[in-house]
Amino acid sequence: MTDLKQIKIDPNVAQSEYGFNGYFGDYGGMFVPEILVPALEQLEKAFYDAIDDESFINDFNRLLKDYAGRPTPLYECKNLTGPREGRIFMKREDLLHGGAHKTNQVLGQVLLAKRMGKTRIIAETGAGQHGVATALACALMDLPCEIYMGAVDCARQQPNVYRMELMGAKVIPVNNGSGTLKDAINEALRDWAATYEQTHYLLGTAAGAHPFPTIVREFHKMIGEEAKQQMKQQTGRLPDYAIACVGGGSNAIGLFADFVEDKEVKLVGVEPAGKGLDSGHHGATLTRGHLGILHGSHTKIMQNDDGQIEESYSVSAGLDYPGIGPQHVYLQEIGRAQYESVTDTEALNAFKLLSKKEGIIPALESAHAVAYAIKLAKASTHDTHILVNLSGRGDKDLEYVRNLEKSSNDEEAK
Amino acid sequence: MSRYQNMFSRLKEESKIAFIPFVMLGDPDLETSFEIIKQLVDSGADALELGIPFSDPVADGPVIQAAAIRALKHQVNLDDCFELLKKIRETYSDIPVGLLLYSNLIYRKGIQTFYELCEASGVDSVLIADVPLRETEFFDSKALVHGIDPVHILPPEPSDNTLKSVAAQSKGYTYVLGRAGVTGTDVAAKMPKSGVMELLKENNAPPLVMGFGISKPEQVTAAKQHGFDGVISGSAVVKIIEDNLDNRDELLEALGKFVSSMKNAS
Ligand SMILES: Cc1ncc(COP(=O)(O)O)c(C=O)c1O
Repeated sequence: MTDLKQIKIDPNVAQSEYGFNGYFGDYGGMFVPEILVPALEQLEKAFYDAIDDESFINDFNRLLKDYAGRPTPLYECKNLTGPREGRIFMKREDLLHGGAHKTNQVLGQVLLAKRMGKTRIIAETGAGQHGVATALACALMDLPCEIYMGAVDCARQQPNVYRMELMGAKVIPVNNGSGTLKDAINEALRDWAATYEQTHYLLGTAAGAHPFPTIVREFHKMIGEEAKQQMKQQTGRLPDYAIACVGGGSNAIGLFADFVEDKEVKLVGVEPAGKGLDSGHHGATLTRGHLGILHGSHTKIMQNDDGQIEESYSVSAGLDYPGIGPQHVYLQEIGRAQYESVTDTEALNAFKLLSKKEGIIPALESAHAVAYAIKLAKASTHDTHILVNLSGRGDKDLEYVRNLEKSSNDEEAK
Repeated sequence: MSRYQNMFSRLKEESKIAFIPFVMLGDPDLETSFEIIKQLVDSGADALELGIPFSDPVADGPVIQAAAIRALKHQVNLDDCFELLKKIRETYSDIPVGLLLYSNLIYRKGIQTFYELCEASGVDSVLIADVPLRETEFFDSKALVHGIDPVHILPPEPSDNTLKSVAAQSKGYTYVLGRAGVTGTDVAAKMPKSGVMELLKENNAPPLVMGFGISKPEQVTAAKQHGFDGVISGSAVVKIIEDNLDNRDELLEALGKFVSSMKNAS
C-alpha cells in the first residue's frame, strides 16, 4: 500500500539527501488532529531557533557534561569474541546518568520547554525508562510532570514507578486499550489536545509527528559523533558496522546520524523477534510491519488487514512498540541501513554472556544489539570492527530475568 | 444539489438548525447499530455522523473509545461498516451521511478504494480525525473525484490562515470545534470568539456546524442564536447506548427522547 508515496515534499523547506524536514522521503509528516498543529508548529520553530542559539547549545552541553556524564566511554570488549573473530566496541550509554541514552534528549527537550515558557511536562512511558528520564530532568529543572503509563506496564515495572514518584513525577495509569505503551501515547496526546498552551509533550523516542523524530535525533546524535572520534582514536579508522537495538528508534538514530554520509560504515538496526518472527509474538516492525499512519507519522506499523493496530511483543519492554521512527523506514527503503532481528532467547544469552565475560550487565533492549554483534563477529575476521550502542544498563531487568530463570528451572525440575 | 445543501436550505426555510447525532457503526453490534440509527433518524435527526471503529482513537474521550472497543469485540471491520452504510442509504435516500474516522483505516484499505466504497455506499462526507489541513491534499483530491465532501475542523481561536484554509477546503459543512481537547461531555462547548463567525461567512465557508461538548437542548438553542447552522452531539448519544446495553427497548426509547428534545430546541 504505497498510495501516500505521492505526497509532495514542501519545496520551501530545505531538503538534504537524508531528509531534515517533516518528511524522510515519503515517511513522517504531521498526522494529528488539527488542534495540535499549532503546538507542533510552535515546537518546530522553537527547536530550530534553539539549535541556532549558542546559549541554548551551551546550556545543553553543560548539562550533558556536568550532570549526565558525557562523553561516555568507548570500550573494546576483548573477552567477548575470540582472537580471530571480529572486534566489538561498546559505546557505553549505560554509564550515562539515569542508566540509558534516554537522558540525552530529555535534557534537551526540557530546556526547550522552558524556552517556550511551558509550565508543565507530560510524557508517556512503556517500561518506565523514558518516564524516569523525564522525571529526573523535570526534578532538575523544577517543572511539574505527569507520566502516562499503561496499567499493565505499571504492574510489570513497579520499581520504575517508585523511581519516578521519588523524583516528584505523578504517574497516571492508563487502562484504555491494551494498557501498554501505545495506549499511554494515545492518552498523552489526548491530554495535550486540551492543554498544549501551558504543557509540553515530551515524546520519548524518534517517532511520532514532525518535529519529534528530528528533535529526538538531533538531541541524541552526540552518541554517534563521540563514537566516531573514539573509534578513530582507538583503531585509526571508522568502524565497519554500527549496530543498535530498535524500539521506536531513538538510540539507533542517535548512533547512525553522524555515520549516514560515511557510506563504508554499515548501519544495522536490531529489532525484537520475540518468540520468533512467525510466532505472532514479536516487535519487528521494520521487518514484518506494514505502512500506515500511527501517532502522527506515516511509517511502518504492526497492524492487521483491517488497519487495527496490533500489540507488539518482546522480552524487553522498551522494544515493545508497534510503530517505528519514520527515518528508519526511509533508511531501510534506500538501502542505507539494514534491519535484522534477534529472538528473546538470543538476547537473554547475550545479556548473560556480556555480564559474565566483561562485567557489564546490559539492558535487555541493548542485549539485542549485543547478540547480533556477537553473531556477526563470529562470522568475520579480526580486522572487522563492530561498533555497538550499549544503550542502557540492566539493573532494571534483574528481577525479571531472575524470575524467568526461576520459572524455567522449575519447569525442568518437573 | 448535494444532500447537505438540500438539508440546509430546507432547514433555513423552517428557521431551524440541523441536529446531527454521532454514533459508532457496529456499536454494540451490527444489528443493534442499524436499529439505533433508524431510531435516530425516525426521532428527528437531520443528518448522521458515523464513526468507524479504530483501535487507537486519539481524538476521542472515554465514551467514544468504549464504543469502538465494543464494536471491535464483535469484529466489526470496514467492509461490515460499508454494508451497514448501504442499508442505511437504502432505507433513507435523502439524509446526509458523514463519516468520521482515523487515517490508518483509509490508508490500509487503499485511499482510492476507500473513496470508491464511500461513493458506492451513499456516503456524503468524510472527516479524518487525525489528518490536519497540511497533510490532507492526497486524501481530499481522491474524495472530490468520487463526489465525497471532505470536511475539515476549525479549532478554537484559529489563526487567520487556518480559518481561511478551512473555509476554502471544507465541503458539505464546516466542523467548528466547541472547545479544545477530545470528545466528551464533561467540558461544555463554548461559543467562538467574536468575529470568527463573521470571518467564516466572509470567506464563504460552507454551513457552520458546532461539535465537541454538546449534550443539552439549551446548547442547541444557544448555537442557533449564535448563527450556527447545526450541532453535532456524539458522546451524549453514545453514553445512552453504554447505559442501556442490556435492554434494547429502553435503549431505543431513551435515544428517541434525547433526539427529539435536541431537535425541538433547534
Ligand atoms: C536501554 C534502552 N535501549 C533502547 C530502548 C528502545 O528505545 P529506542 O529504540 O527509542 O532507542 C529503550 C526503551 O525503553 C531502553 O530503555
